[in-house]
Amino acid sequence: MSILNQEQTKRICDRVLSYSKADECVVTVNGSRNGNIRFARNAVSTAGLAEDTAVSVQVAFGKRQGTASINEFDDKSLERVVRRAEDLARLAPENPEFMPTVGKQDYKRSATFDARTAAIDPEYRAQAAAYAIEACRKNKLVAAGFFADGTSFSSVANSKGVFGHQDQTMLDFTCTVRTEDGRGSGWVKRSATEAARFDPREAADVAIEKALRSVDAKALEPGRYTVILEPAATSELLGAMLSGFDARRTDEGRSFLSKKGGASRLGDKLFDEKVNIWADPWNQDVPVLPWDDNSLVARQRMELIKDGKVNALQYSRYWAQKKGVQPTATPGNIVMAGTDKSTLELIASTKKGILVTRTWYIRMVDPQSVLLTGLTRDGTFYIENGKIKYPIKNFRFNESPVTMLNNIEEIGKPVIIGGDEVPFQMSIPAMKVRDFNFTSLSDAV
Amino acid sequence: MERRHFLNISGLAVGSMLVPVFGRAIAAEELLKPMAVGAKKALADTALDAATKAGASYCDVRIGRYLTQYVVTRDLNVEDVTNTESAGIGVRVLCNGAYGFAATSDMTPDGVAGAARQAVAIAKANARLQSEPVQLAPLKGVGEVSWATPVQKDWRTVPIKDKAELLIAANKAGMDGGASFMQSMLFQVNQQKYFASTDGSYIDQDIQRLWAPLSATAVDKASGKFRSRGGLSTPVGMGYEYLDARAADKIRAAGGVATLYTRSYDIVEDARAAGRDAKRKLTAKSVTPGKYDLVLSPEHLWLTIHESVGHPTELDRVLGYEANYAGTSFATLDKWESKNFKYGSALVNIVADKTTPGSLGAVGYDDEGVKCKRWDIIKDGVLVSYQATRDQAHIIGEKESQGCSYADSWSNVQFQRMPNVSLQAGARKLTPDEMVKDVKKGIYIVGDGSFSIDQQRYNFQFGGQLFYEIKDGKIGQMLEDVAYQSNTQDFWNACTALCDERDWRMGGSFFDGKGQPPQISIVSHGSPTARFNGINVINTARKIG
Repeated sequence: MSILNQEQTKRICDRVLSYSKADECVVTVNGSRNGNIRFARNAVSTAGLAEDTAVSVQVAFGKRQGTASINEFDDKSLERVVRRAEDLARLAPENPEFMPTVGKQDYKRSATFDARTAAIDPEYRAQAAAYAIEACRKNKLVAAGFFADGTSFSSVANSKGVFGHQDQTMLDFTCTVRTEDGRGSGWVKRSATEAARFDPREAADVAIEKALRSVDAKALEPGRYTVILEPAATSELLGAMLSGFDARRTDEGRSFLSKKGGASRLGDKLFDEKVNIWADPWNQDVPVLPWDDNSLVARQRMELIKDGKVNALQYSRYWAQKKGVQPTATPGNIVMAGTDKSTLELIASTKKGILVTRTWYIRMVDPQSVLLTGLTRDGTFYIENGKIKYPIKNFRFNESPVTMLNNIEEIGKPVIIGGDEVPFQMSIPAMKVRDFNFTSLSDAV
Repeated sequence: MERRHFLNISGLAVGSMLVPVFGRAIAAEELLKPMAVGAKKALADTALDAATKAGASYCDVRIGRYLTQYVVTRDLNVEDVTNTESAGIGVRVLCNGAYGFAATSDMTPDGVAGAARQAVAIAKANARLQSEPVQLAPLKGVGEVSWATPVQKDWRTVPIKDKAELLIAANKAGMDGGASFMQSMLFQVNQQKYFASTDGSYIDQDIQRLWAPLSATAVDKASGKFRSRGGLSTPVGMGYEYLDARAADKIRAAGGVATLYTRSYDIVEDARAAGRDAKRKLTAKSVTPGKYDLVLSPEHLWLTIHESVGHPTELDRVLGYEANYAGTSFATLDKWESKNFKYGSALVNIVADKTTPGSLGAVGYDDEGVKCKRWDIIKDGVLVSYQATRDQAHIIGEKESQGCSYADSWSNVQFQRMPNVSLQAGARKLTPDEMVKDVKKGIYIVGDGSFSIDQQRYNFQFGGQLFYEIKDGKIGQMLEDVAYQSNTQDFWNACTALCDERDWRMGGSFFDGKGQPPQISIVSHGSPTARFNGINVINTARKIG
């Protein structure tokens, strides 16, 4: 039951819309089948499969809105869920910022489905874990990791003729490899829509190499250093900043994009001119749905930062109407332009610096400057005369991604990285950045 | 593909907060319809039977109905009212010494039996990679029992209109107090959890929790500066009576810099104060970095306890089961075995418990059917125990589980989660005002703010909501741009004074993340106001653009 095709969901949506007596009606039908396997201490710890399907109905009478859902799909149940949403709407307080549902949208299909990923079974998952576990056992190392895959569909429709249906697949693999004495630790993350892009052996080998190379880390003094930041070190920093590209907050004076005197930094050159960042649902590496689940607005390619300038802000439908501009869909992915340079090439051109392969526990310290704090983790190395010299102890940093993107010296090749605490799929390059601010040392390995 | 569904709540003091939203939206009146116990038992027996027949040596079944209601307001508008329901069944089995888990929202006998067989198939696939079989601590079945959070006012019976009006009144008070923008929210949770296992337990629990966070933001458009102050309430394992704002539950912070709350909360009063404080922050003195003696209120200290004691003493972290995500722990087994690892000064006594009334962690039984209890983690400064589940108890020489198993949904497998972990009050009579009198150069911190700690829980950095200078035994002016950095063991050994039990109260987390796939838990941490000497304070002000 969990995965329905377009014909089935269209029938459900049409039926729901026909039952509605409200001024307007929006239907979403979602279903998913998610499997996972988790391992630690060179053995499987948990594994599971979860399935769920539901239809959600949102209706409005004037500015009063109500939502109800159900996971039964017979005609009687569908009518019942519409009546419930209508009852709730009649009782709801008026929302002065209510916006009527969108008119006809052009949802241009994106390549979010892969049949091989959809076919992943418990054996495949166990094998993905087995590669890492067996390689670590052989090398007297300890593996912990998580492989998750999912197949889902999403259908949206409204009483103004909008309809969209799309299938999605995902897989995500992370693995931490530690030495038995706990003095070395390495990590890897791989995300993909297509199973063919994932090689569990290659992934495990990356974590193993980092673990072996990170043993016997030396302590460097905290301070400002030139750093080479691998994508897993910047993804959460960029995500935290780009979540704040909101027009309303900016106009209200409570964003880092607000300026003295009440103006916004839209159009200002806030970053190095090498920085180009956009969202694009049709990007082949990180495809996402061509619509925004909440507003049903069709996603477009959106240039957020162009040649270092703040190029666009996100306008909710309410704020767009108030400001007389077009609303924008919330982006589902982040793409940053890179070059063909490998991380090794970035290292080769560095006289003195630090290679950061991952950052962790990143939190906002001051939204005024997007000052973030966090730590390096699972492989941090000192670079001298173009070569990795030795592993170093982890640092805490206090740094703003705005400053980081201003201090870029070189950019590498983009890679795919899924968001952890930020809701974006990302394709971002390694970066060489000067004067990155490390404020204290950590004993953690 | 966007794998998680988030409610993006922007405008909280620390920036934006992403709250995971589970379940399906439903109408308000449905919140009150429970599923009959007899029907749950019949479904559970179907699953237990199917799992046993498929080869499971142990099986537990969790039938869950998770209800939430979120009311979100911004300034004078109600932005969102969401009721969600998530119902389904999760089946965990042991087969050939390995775990398998499957869950489904299909609550028919066939659906439930199918999930049980699927769980056994998964366990069999995993068993070949198992290095040692899972070893469960013995547990005697308790038969058919029930437990419910003691509440005076069930949030499900309070009209949404009343809730919306209360939040709007708070926002109005905040704006009257000096805020340019206000946001306030009400998170309400009801978990109807039915647990059954092949040990012979059938446990029916009804759990209620509530949280009313707010944030006031003041903007000075001329300078381009903005500052926020979050609310000083705590999430609770109570009913709607927490919002009764009883005068007897109000206390005065040291130096009278804020009104603080114990068993009930005056959201309108706190919102007004938050508006006033946010505006004052715009012109407060930026802190001079250096070493300070910190006087930390329970509204602040709960989060430091959570990160620097709660997480590092989770036994699964210590053993390496969380190595791939949350990390491991500096509080290794050899330190515990030595019986003399000085986690903190002799004043530091930290207790784990899942029984304190009004706390977020209070339940009758955990998600493995273990009756909840209380035990020491740090005694007179020395590490003496951890937090363990059934399959971990034998590792620390315990004959039974400490009852720390929890799953945030029927669709996720249960694993070790933190009980309430609390710092005990000092034995000597001492009030916060008396504590301040002995401090020459210090900072008084009220409320929780930014937080970050490394993956083995050594190095941390915390912010706060309100910072006041302490000079020669007196509370002085408001400070801004304050964060402190320390090392867990150094910090707890720098604890030199504790207020007494009159000042002991709880803070807590409504959205504590751990595990893969990530699961959210709820946990309270009690403490008195406490003093820590010579802690490194940094200045967090920066200029961009």
